Amino acid sequence: MGSSNGQPAVVVEGLHKSFGDLEVLKGVSLTAHEGDVVSMIGASGSGKSTFLRCINFLEMPTQGRIQVTGEEISLKTGHDGNLHPTDRRQLERIRTRLGMVFQSFNLWPHLNVLENVIEAPVHVLKVPKAEAIERAEALLQKVGLYEKRNQYPAFLSGGQQQRAAIARALAMNPKVMLFDEPTSALDPELVGEVLKVIRDLALEGRTMILVTHEMKFARDVSSHVIYLHKGLIEEEGPPSQVFGSPKSDRCRQFVSGIH
Amino acid sequence: MDFSVLIDFLPLILKGLYYTILLLVLSLVFGMILAIPIGLVQVTGPRPLAWLATAFCTVIRGTPLLIQLYILYYGLGSLFPQMPWIRESFMWPVLREGFFYAVLAFTLSFAGYEGAIMKGAFASVPKGELEAARAFGMSPFTVLRRIWLPRAIRIVLPTLGGETILQLKATPIAALVTVVELYGAAGQIYRSTLDFFPPMIMVAVIYILLTFIITRLFNMVERQVPQRR
Repeated sequence: MGSSNGQPAVVVEGLHKSFGDLEVLKGVSLTAHEGDVVSMIGASGSGKSTFLRCINFLEMPTQGRIQVTGEEISLKTGHDGNLHPTDRRQLERIRTRLGMVFQSFNLWPHLNVLENVIEAPVHVLKVPKAEAIERAEALLQKVGLYEKRNQYPAFLSGGQQQRAAIARALAMNPKVMLFDEPTSALDPELVGEVLKVIRDLALEGRTMILVTHEMKFARDVSSHVIYLHKGLIEEEGPPSQVFGSPKSDRCRQFVSGIH
Repeated sequence: MDFSVLIDFLPLILKGLYYTILLLVLSLVFGMILAIPIGLVQVTGPRPLAWLATAFCTVIRGTPLLIQLYILYYGLGSLFPQMPWIRESFMWPVLREGFFYAVLAFTLSFAGYEGAIMKGAFASVPKGELEAARAFGMSPFTVLRRIWLPRAIRIVLPTLGGETILQLKATPIAALVTVVELYGAAGQIYRSTLDFFPPMIMVAVIYILLTFIITRLFNMVERQVPQRR
């Protein structure tokens, strides 16, 4: 990857995923170096979300290899034909290095914003509570939700919920942030505030893999763009290439619809 | 009708109240402790356990509590004395009493009803919330303890008050296996005074008061709990 400027943070090789007879991913590889912002674009059903969910094994891939910060996740084929991590503790350890942000936020509604943010640091990383709160408050300040820290998720707008979810992911101090269509569930007027937070993270040099429909945003913040079509990489490269002069006709058509 | 006779029976009435509340609380606590795994395995598997749990709930919910109590009391109750190691154990004074079989039957009954309800509650926690927990590296047990169970409990909380009141009003059945709870006490008073209505109306009033207190308690707990989505 031309834009690489550090050690490989996430390496995925030859990822396949089938749901029954439907093959959603047909061998997709990706390398994200430290500081990279890799965007994955493509039509609905192209497999981009599934790919992202396979990286932290929310979906079990059918074939492929995954390395996170140089550590390969050991896998074996299970009864269902999918690969499963052999060592649950290794999987849990690796997941702590991957901060996931979901399309539907998935905040825990029985906890207030601050409690949502400190939950995993305290109960997974065993960070002392006072320290976790201090860090969480700084992060909430950063995403502009400090005043809402004692509110429950149900009382927040979609944009606020997603910013809280980003703070929750950052609280784990992850090596890589994974964004799964973070603005797709938002009302149009709330998209901007979330994109701004993500853009700030990109500018800070955070390593991110971003699945998105926001083409202009992807073009602005990415170091590398992957266009996925029917489970295969149809086009990839720096944003100037993928958006400016794609080799594939299909990709040209896909990106020309958006301005 | 002369209610003044009841004053002489105050110690008996208090004893009856004590056993009613004890039976209710013990069966709620133990029943809930059983209901959690019974509900959970029906959602997570493994399949043999899920099948067993479903069968348990079906049997419990499909048969009258009175018959369950009789089967335990006359079944186990006649089996135990034949086993010397039970007769000689320190548990015998407890196992000899009707109260033990009442607690057992009421616990299993509550576990059966609440197990079915907990199954629905566990299943209705949105999958994404559990995925988020897993995605941050929580172990299955931490997910259960910190996210899944607290969410499920909040989902059943509004129905739990009603279930508790139904359980309270089932407690007179325990009188049929010699437990002197409120209704049993009222029966004893009636047999001494041969005046039916004063003791019966009195316990009816006490049940209403208990129901009122339970309702208030659950309302208080629910108000402590944050709004759900």
